[in-house]
Amino acid sequence: MSIVVDSVSKRFGDYTALDDVSLEVRDGSLTALLGPSGGGKSTLLRVIAGLETPDSGAVSIAGEDATSKPPQRRNVGFVFQHYAAFKHMTVAKNVAFGLTIRKRQKDEIDARVDELLRLVHLDGFAHRYPSQLSGGQRQRMALARALAVQPRVLLLDEPFGALDATVRKELRAWLRRLHEQVHVTTVFVTHDQEEAMEVAEQIVVLNEGRIEQVGSPQQLYENPANDFVMGFIGPVSELSGRWIRPHDVEILREPADQAAAAMIDRIVHLGFEVRVELSLGNGDKTWVQTTKAQAEELELSDGDIVWLRASGVPVALVQPSH
Amino acid sequence: MRSRYALRFLALGYLALLLGIPVVLVFVNAFQDGVGAAWNAVTTPEAQHAFFLTLVMVGVAVPLNTVFGVLAALAIVRQRFRGRALLNAAIDLPFAVSPVVVGLALLFVYGSRDGWVGDWLAAHGIRVIFSTPGMILATMFVSLPFVVRETIPVLREIGTEQEQAAATLGAGPMQTFFRVTLPAIRWGVAYGVVLTTARALGEFGAVSVVSGRISGETQTATLFVEDRFEHFNATGAYAASVVLALLALVTLLAMNAIKPKESRT
Repeated sequence: MSIVVDSVSKRFGDYTALDDVSLEVRDGSLTALLGPSGGGKSTLLRVIAGLETPDSGAVSIAGEDATSKPPQRRNVGFVFQHYAAFKHMTVAKNVAFGLTIRKRQKDEIDARVDELLRLVHLDGFAHRYPSQLSGGQRQRMALARALAVQPRVLLLDEPFGALDATVRKELRAWLRRLHEQVHVTTVFVTHDQEEAMEVAEQIVVLNEGRIEQVGSPQQLYENPANDFVMGFIGPVSELSGRWIRPHDVEILREPADQAAAAMIDRIVHLGFEVRVELSLGNGDKTWVQTTKAQAEELELSDGDIVWLRASGVPVALVQPSH
Repeated sequence: MRSRYALRFLALGYLALLLGIPVVLVFVNAFQDGVGAAWNAVTTPEAQHAFFLTLVMVGVAVPLNTVFGVLAALAIVRQRFRGRALLNAAIDLPFAVSPVVVGLALLFVYGSRDGWVGDWLAAHGIRVIFSTPGMILATMFVSLPFVVRETIPVLREIGTEQEQAAATLGAGPMQTFFRVTLPAIRWGVAYGVVLTTARALGEFGAVSVVSGRISGETQTATLFVEDRFEHFNATGAYAASVVLALLALVTLLAMNAIKPKESRT
């Protein structure tokens, strides 16, 4: 195991950021810490880096107990949401920082900086200052800087959070490819479930300082441990008092066993996907995700009475706790 | 349109009345008997000694207050401790207290007859009052707040992320300070240094009280100006004033010269 977090708790005054959290991160894996803001995911990442000291519990990195080590002796790479670029240094000096601190030979540093700038597609920017770069370029520089010292783990705190949507999408795909090339154990924090599902091999869902579930994107989507995970990881419809994925609801034209009557309020055409909004007999609202072809076949229109039931094999079915 | 010009004239007129005309008159009066007379007035042994003593004040007070100022700013911004608010408030004391009061307070502490530690120091042959050490203390006291006050806002503004990044990259606290924090706050510190220097050059009240005004011995440039003026030597007083003004100007220009091009305004 590359990172082992053992029963870590951390409080800030009255606020419990982490409540007895334990986690193992496999060597060479790409893990997302996912959850709503204030859920404790950034605190957990900072505890692993040594930027926060846990009130109790232990952290080990690459088999060594790191709990009492300061950040500079943990050999982790850390990337901040707002880049934390050294503004008074050129891009090359920024990337070289960790190596300069380690008093490496100048030739070696120059070669490594060149190599890394090529890796993050910033060759040609070596002599610019961070203020002359775009947000995406600054974040790639920060990543090169973190990778320069060959860290045992790479930690990224909402790395794409400050970037606009297009750049964010590009960088996600790029981070995934980079991980395939470099293979360093990587943990990143995000509040965006789509980002977590797209990039990570393993997702850790954190809420109110506790881990709700750990699993692959598919496991979380198909077998959510509870209503929180189900609601956070994908769309949800309520049917007969249970939560179900809206694409797992079947629309029938005739009454049937286990089917609930509902009236169509509105049909929203989103291209291939069609979203049908309905009112159930008891007044509850729900919605069903279907395809354009199915909607046409059933000849659905506003005000129709239809019957809803869970389709053959629903991927997830959860009893809400409230 | 008209109101915009009115505002400009108001601002410029105010400056001219308060600053421009008096400064120009100092220069005019200094050279009223010719450049030679002015030159002679500021090159007498007493004058030279006075300028030398002023430079000693600046040379000691500025570096010490710079180091203290940066450390105090770091403590106030980056640490949480009991008495932090008190420290923050105490630093402004020299702004609030009249320099004459500062001078008198130093007499109480270091005076050789009835000072708190003056007796003991005198017994060990150390003379503070009516001597250079006391004048340095007075100068340090009055010029204390500038570096702290100029450094605190820039330190707040840069935040802690760059320092944390340096730590994760392997830098210890000292390396982080010298390679990341100090370069990031250097313009705030530099501006504080300029203000400290200007204040130390111009200090009169506190130094006057503790100096004893012994001509050629404990007379700084500002005391020299006053002394010449009281002795109806207008040329000497104005010419020395011009030298003081030029020293302040050199300080400002020096800061501009070391400033990198992109941040020059």
